[in-house]
Amino acid sequence: MNEFKISFRENGKVQVMDLRGYLDAHTAPNLEEAFQKLLKEKKFNILVNCKDLAYISSAGLGVFMAFIEDVRTGGGDIKMSNMSPKVYNIFDLLGFPMLYEIFAEEHDAVKKFDVRKQSTK
Amino acid sequence: MTSSPKDKATKKNLRIPSQTEKLVLAREFVANAARVFGFAEDDVNNIALAVDEACTNIIKHAYHYATDKEIDIIISMKRPEFEIVIQDAGNHFDPTRVPVPDMKEYISHYKRGGLGMYLMKKLMDKVEYTKQPRKNTVRLIKYLHQ
Repeated sequence: MNEFKISFRENGKVQVMDLRGYLDAHTAPNLEEAFQKLLKEKKFNILVNCKDLAYISSAGLGVFMAFIEDVRTGGGDIKMSNMSPKVYNIFDLLGFPMLYEIFAEEHDAVKKFDVRKQSTK
Repeated sequence: MTSSPKDKATKKNLRIPSQTEKLVLAREFVANAARVFGFAEDDVNNIALAVDEACTNIIKHAYHYATDKEIDIIISMKRPEFEIVIQDAGNHFDPTRVPVPDMKEYISHYKRGGLGMYLMKKLMDKVEYTKQPRKNTVRLIKYLHQ
């Protein structure tokens, strides 16, 4: 019941993380590790697809806060897409749409990344 | 519209160990009761999240992630009031020392932490804290509007 899974894939030059399940204080460390892994690999254009994210608490929201500065310093961004109204409502309550671009569909988000800025191999 | 035939509040209790993997039990316990009480699904979700945040704060700040402690969750239902009392025996966590952030200012400085407290206040109608000897109490209240 409390499952949380992250899978990685690429959509063009954008690194996509698909989140599935319940993101709370128990599972937030997994998301933290996932961001650390991407930063280590210098993948700074990160799209978080929330289509199958059923739940988020402040522990999960805090992870996005923790990495946004490093990601932007690296020339990239964290964008989000496909949120259910339930999950979007929590992001919205905290004013996150001021800080993150959130899109209805993944392909719209992918188009918004400025891939020229990123210094990857 | 029907009114409850009982004058006394209906109560339900759950005790969980102070472990983050048990948060799901607290959420489900409260969500089920809120649903039966008559809340719409949005409110059910909000109440469950507020309880998750309260329990997470206890695990983090009162018990400092010690996994052998206990958290008591007591629901009292008397229309229109749905009350959840959450108790721990850990270090007193004084929420009044957590400033309610101006979220614009807050997120522009990429801060984290303190978000749970902010959410609880947004999601519930009332949030109260009391400290007794060896016992901290958080009281969350949501009113059912019909």
